[in-house]
Amino acid sequence: MSEAERSTGLAPQAEAATGSHQGSGHVARHPSPKEYVRIAIILAIITAAEVAIYYIEAIEGLLIPLLFLFALVKFALVVLWFMHLKFDSRTYARFFMMGLAGAITLFLIVLLTFRVFAR
Amino acid sequence: MEIHAQESEHLATSTGLPNIKLAMWLFLASDCMLFGALISTYVLYRGASVVGPYPNDVFDIPYTSVSSFVLLASSLTMVLALAALQRGDVGRSRVWLLATALLGMTFVGGQVYEFTTFAHEELTLTTNLFSTSFYVLTGFHGTHVAIGILMLLTLLMFSFSGRLGPEKAETVEMVGLYWHFVDIVWIVIFTVIYLIPTGNPA
Repeated sequence: MSEAERSTGLAPQAEAATGSHQGSGHVARHPSPKEYVRIAIILAIITAAEVAIYYIEAIEGLLIPLLFLFALVKFALVVLWFMHLKFDSRTYARFFMMGLAGAITLFLIVLLTFRVFAR
Repeated sequence: MEIHAQESEHLATSTGLPNIKLAMWLFLASDCMLFGALISTYVLYRGASVVGPYPNDVFDIPYTSVSSFVLLASSLTMVLALAALQRGDVGRSRVWLLATALLGMTFVGGQVYEFTTFAHEELTLTTNLFSTSFYVLTGFHGTHVAIGILMLLTLLMFSFSGRLGPEKAETVEMVGLYWHFVDIVWIVIFTVIYLIPTGNPA
């Protein structure tokens, strides 16, 4: 096993093909299968919590903020770990944030224009 | 030699990053806008229907929760397929790709069953504002999942014909990015459409 292979855990051909050498000497290390399983377990637990709080009447007032918080955490976990944004070049993250910011802006403009929050 | 050629191919781009991956992220950013528009439309018409059935009459949260678990599980199998291929374990990557496609099919099958049930309860595309915005949003998402399944089956076909080795890991990563995007869209849909309660009009 070469030094490069030991440092990234990739087969040399895969390392070249996945663009692990992301220019200017930056080496992206993707998570191990164990890390992926750990993230998936956390996602499953959060989803179970989301469904559970839906049925708890005592926290009805907190339901929407909690659901948004859980969704945000799940979203971040998938994007950062499964889509590798935490490990890859920042340029990809900037591209994605651009679309996400556009979608959120669109959402707010539509809802503010039609006074949905005032209902 | 081949490795060096591929590396220099990446470095030859003006960003030093693979163009295909940049293009995929740009596509996903544009798809964010599409789903942003569809989700905005659903929220805009939330509670505005004047005839039933209303969301509370038709939604089956335990059933949809299972679908959500299935899609989350498919994201795990997708990354495991990529990790296996990057390690050079083609056989295992094949198993995980197949598992991802099967989980995706289960999700789409579940959605078809859900739509059929709703239709039997007299909730069709043109029944009210809720049904129109709901079917268009979840239908677009389901179509994305179906396209993802076709991509996965194509990868499997390539794998069985010996054309999907570790050197093609980037291709699997691109399909994986698309698949995880479909998953994150569902995370938002599940919360905004299914879990946030909409009271029936008095």
